[in-house]
Amino acid sequence: MLIGPSGGGKSTFLQCLNFLIHPDQGEVFLDGKRINPDNKRELYDFRQHVGMIFQDFNLFDHLTAEGNVSIALRKVKGMSKKEAHARAIHELDRVGLSMRSDHYPAQLSGGQKQRVAIARALAMDPKVILLDEPTSALDPELVGEVVAVIRKLAAGGMPMLLATHQMDFAQALATEIIFMEKGRIVEQGSPETLLAPGAGTRTQDFCLSLNQMGAQNPAPCCSKAETQETME
Amino acid sequence: MEHLLDFFSNIDASAFTFDLDYISEKVIPVLNRGLWVSLSLIVPSVILGFIFGVAIGAGRVFAPPRIRRLLDLHVTLVRGVPLLVQMFIIYYGLPSIGIRFEPYVAGVLSFTICTSAYQAEYIRGALMSISQGQIKAAHALGFSTLKSVLWVIIPQALRRALPGCGNEVIYLIKYSSLASAIVMMDLTGEAVGLASQEYKYTEVYVMLGAYYLAITSAATLALYLIERKTAIPGFGRLAAGAAK
Repeated sequence: MLIGPSGGGKSTFLQCLNFLIHPDQGEVFLDGKRINPDNKRELYDFRQHVGMIFQDFNLFDHLTAEGNVSIALRKVKGMSKKEAHARAIHELDRVGLSMRSDHYPAQLSGGQKQRVAIARALAMDPKVILLDEPTSALDPELVGEVVAVIRKLAAGGMPMLLATHQMDFAQALATEIIFMEKGRIVEQGSPETLLAPGAGTRTQDFCLSLNQMGAQNPAPCCSKAETQETME
Repeated sequence: MEHLLDFFSNIDASAFTFDLDYISEKVIPVLNRGLWVSLSLIVPSVILGFIFGVAIGAGRVFAPPRIRRLLDLHVTLVRGVPLLVQMFIIYYGLPSIGIRFEPYVAGVLSFTICTSAYQAEYIRGALMSISQGQIKAAHALGFSTLKSVLWVIIPQALRRALPGCGNEVIYLIKYSSLASAIVMMDLTGEAVGLASQEYKYTEVYVMLGAYYLAITSAATLALYLIERKTAIPGFGRLAAGAAK
């Protein structure tokens, strides 16, 4: 779980992990194997195994929900049209959207778009999924449906790296919290340690300030208020 | 003011003749002959111009800087020099360095070069309008740059470019009339020849205009049908009623 103020480098860090942004230095390993991003074939192969969910969904606007999920199966994995279609419907079913399979992105709500994006990533059988503020662009009442899908994935044991401002997320799902600010990792540890009462960590300060903002503006942050209770 | 009065007093409507027999017996058969020549110039030029337009437009966005600059220069030259001058250079100028074309080939070549440069600009604009986010998403799924251009960007860009490209097709139909300048007997070439025989300018040139209007109308209809057939919710016209 990656948290921290805006502009702190969370998105950049996630995009460096699959070389959407070229890192200035450092190495990336998957299953103990170092990835050489200059080898195009190796890079494309690596990216197939790393799912990515974006804040603003980035669905392909010219394709239906089904097309969004199946296009990479066909054009990258080389599946037949029929095979890819069956897999796409299966994945859309997993996120509860099989009945919307022939809808275009413009016909879907934000929450539905993000669930299609998750189905698109899952269809590639990723070994790990990077989620870049998956709920930040959503209306408050649509956050729940996306969170539910992500919780289900976590329960199924899918390794995930999630950047978020939603602290209840961090508490409920995180096995490790990384706090980033100004492009650097400031703190790193289990939620129990970093958020323990009186821990006095930067992470805890950040959470408290988020929760105070939530108190002034109760509607979108009711879940955060809940977090505060458990923290106190 | 006096000039204006002069101008109107010189108009003599009673001298107007429109010889319908002459039109049906002479003008239409001659123009029909020219029509096929015109179409044989226009159709290949539209198709080739579109293909090269997509290639040049995509190159101007995605190619390495050196190729991009070369294509920029090409488009600047082609758009900046009158088509008639380009045709003269290709048909009359190139033979001096040993390159000779049949009039038909010279015609299709110069139309294709010209229209593709304009098409490239529409395509370039459309390509740049596709969000970077979708390209990132494609890369994150393991698409190579070529595959993401081919399967994600181009299908969307073509839809966005369609109205502009259609406009260019209409232009091409009309500037195909310049082919007569390199001795092609197209619609305009036939009409000029016929008019100089019996000096019935009104009949010949009004009918010539009607022929071009018919071709452009047919093209407009075809383009409309293509646009409707390829329409997708979220793209242009149908976007309004699409929200869930």
